[in-house]
Amino acid sequence: MKHILAAWMRDRPGVLNRVTGLLSRRNFNIDSLQVSASEETGISRMTFEVNGDDRTLEQVRSQLIKLVDVTRVESFVQEAIVKRELALVRVAVGPEERRQVLDLIQVFRATVEDISRTDMLIQIVGRQEKIDSLIGLLRDYHLLEMVRTGPVAIVRSAVANVESEPVLEPAGDTWQGGGV
Amino acid sequence: MHFPPDHFRTTAPPRRITGSEMIWDACVTEGVSILFGHPGGAILPAYDALAIYEAEGLLHHVLVRHEQCAAHMADGYARATGEVGVCVATSGPGATNLVTGIATAQMDSVPIVCITGQVPSPLLGTDAFQEADIVGVTQPVCKHNYLVTDVADLPMVMKEAFYIARKGRPGPVLVDVCKDVQIAEGEFRYDMEVKLPGFNPYPAAWQDALADAADLINAAEAPLIMAGHGIHLAGMSDVLLRIVEKAEIPVVTTLLGTGNITETHPLSLGMGGMHGEAYANEAVQACDVLIALGMRFDDRITGRLDRFAKQASVVHFELDKAEVGKNVQPDVAVVGDLAETLPALEPLVHPNTHTEWLASLTDRKLSSASKDILTFELDELVPPFIMRQIWSETTNLRDPGDVLVATDVGQHQMWESQYFVHERAGQLLTSGGLGTMGYGVPAAMGAQMARPDKLVWAIVGDGGFQMTMQELATIQQEKLPVKIAIINNGFLGMVRQWQQFFHDKRYVGTPVLSPDYVMLAAAYGIPASKVEEPGQVAEAVRAANTTDGPYLIDFQVKEEVNVYPMVAPGAAVDELIRRPHIVQDHGGVVPAF
Repeated sequence: MKHILAAWMRDRPGVLNRVTGLLSRRNFNIDSLQVSASEETGISRMTFEVNGDDRTLEQVRSQLIKLVDVTRVESFVQEAIVKRELALVRVAVGPEERRQVLDLIQVFRATVEDISRTDMLIQIVGRQEKIDSLIGLLRDYHLLEMVRTGPVAIVRSAVANVESEPVLEPAGDTWQGGGV
Repeated sequence: MHFPPDHFRTTAPPRRITGSEMIWDACVTEGVSILFGHPGGAILPAYDALAIYEAEGLLHHVLVRHEQCAAHMADGYARATGEVGVCVATSGPGATNLVTGIATAQMDSVPIVCITGQVPSPLLGTDAFQEADIVGVTQPVCKHNYLVTDVADLPMVMKEAFYIARKGRPGPVLVDVCKDVQIAEGEFRYDMEVKLPGFNPYPAAWQDALADAADLINAAEAPLIMAGHGIHLAGMSDVLLRIVEKAEIPVVTTLLGTGNITETHPLSLGMGGMHGEAYANEAVQACDVLIALGMRFDDRITGRLDRFAKQASVVHFELDKAEVGKNVQPDVAVVGDLAETLPALEPLVHPNTHTEWLASLTDRKLSSASKDILTFELDELVPPFIMRQIWSETTNLRDPGDVLVATDVGQHQMWESQYFVHERAGQLLTSGGLGTMGYGVPAAMGAQMARPDKLVWAIVGDGGFQMTMQELATIQQEKLPVKIAIINNGFLGMVRQWQQFFHDKRYVGTPVLSPDYVMLAAAYGIPASKVEEPGQVAEAVRAANTTDGPYLIDFQVKEEVNVYPMVAPGAAVDELIRRPHIVQDHGGVVPAF
């Protein structure tokens, strides 16, 4: 099962390395990972997807919070979050096919970021499945180059739907600043 | 130069000093008096500054012959005192040599602070001479680490390093200090508060689970406590004993938990696991409630996990939340500092008796004793006999509480844990988690430096001893009265045993040639003797114990002797390989080795 986790950490040199090193040496299977600034100065937010059962999820959270630089870890219930990915896709499209592609783009609410006589740069934002299906359709044309982010996620109505406390922690407590 | 009287108080006024002086001021203020280290180019300014601290009698530097041993000595120092041990090394190879010692301390939750020199900060990342990214290298094997490139950061880094090393589940912290930072001057103060929002190592919310734990324990008909290193780290042996006696609960210990309850106590079952006595492991597989205290269900104690104590409800008291459910999913987990949770549990545990359960354990114990435990009317020199002799001769002379034992890793380590009668927690210093050969001698040295009042034995094999025997020079230089027993069987014994059991006796890479250890010791000026007959053991041990200074004994034991019983890797803990017995011509039965 896929879980989405967010971790907040002090923005220090090497902190990304500490987190990814931990994940790999503990043999956790990570599907994607995004790092960005958070609302708090000096604190970065990392979003990542973990594949595994509830026990794996619990281990990932417990091990992550032990890192001195990690200040908080939350895992999300899939239904309670807004989750978005972004993809940039360059497709070889000449003038004769341009109309068809623009129609597709419109259906998917994607945007054209750059266009030339021979190709088109398309940006799409949305859930993973939506991006997958647009890319699938664009493959009918000559897909030249593609880059996509993993998902970033945020809770819909703050706190209420966050599964932020671990199984063994009392309810109502945010899961912060562990580490032994 | 003399330091003013309040110089090393945390409240001393801020002063302008060099980075090097900051390192030592912090150490002294933290209560450190001994450093284990080896100098080199990138740590030279710090060593230069050390002169005055040595002259003032504030810090004493022990020069090791290999940096790995500096970390092991700091580890031995920490285990013998409960205080933070400090080791020092230069950049590059000096720092990388520490790694095994750091990983050893990490696996066994030992608080050490490692200070390494680093190339000057402008040269970082240029593959400068003796540059190694030691922060990157040690990241997976230490609790936390720092690279200091600005002298302004150094006071806080030092304070955090000691704080993190000792707080919560202890562990090693490395501080890598660039050479220019050691030379630079800055303002030093030590009265600041450590603010680490990501480090709150004492979970507060354990009270709710405690009642459930007590209910399970009180309702148990066949309860069993499994006591680990956490009991000793939390200083909870006394509370454990009171709970054990009040509710009449037998105790199995882990390797690092040996002595949590004195092994002569009727409720002590000794060590469990791969080489625990059969009855201890059978108890684990027969109990109805398993109460795990301060331990992490290492594979050496559980054997095959899906067959481990399946009949039992599991209650897990543990400080480190990540250890809860990692290997064994408990029915009730009390995640908190054992120094708080166990005293809180004590009044909730009802006085109880478990006559039937204990009687069944006694039966198992008797059968196990006749099968696996060697009696000593033997005419061959076998290690279990030596272990008992060292213990009895030594405790004839000294109070058992005054004796510390450090071991290496392998057969002798298991024989030590089986045949010594550990009386208190922390008496045995051994590398339980990482299983580091070469640990025994330097750990014994660190312990002896920390506790000159103790009689310290290093029990080592001929394999492990040869990994760190260069420290005989350090023993002599520091005049350390450490007693060394080499269980010399001409093999890497435990590996050979595995080859015998699991690889059709193909002894690849396990026969070990040894030098003449008596001559070797003599070369270092250390008195020594060679023991080849059972009748010589007591005398040699007496000579060691009464010699004012170090002493080495080369026990030339029977070669292919095995440690019994044994849980084969991947087997359940009650599927033991028991000691075979040979029926002789006249009908007598004798144990085989």
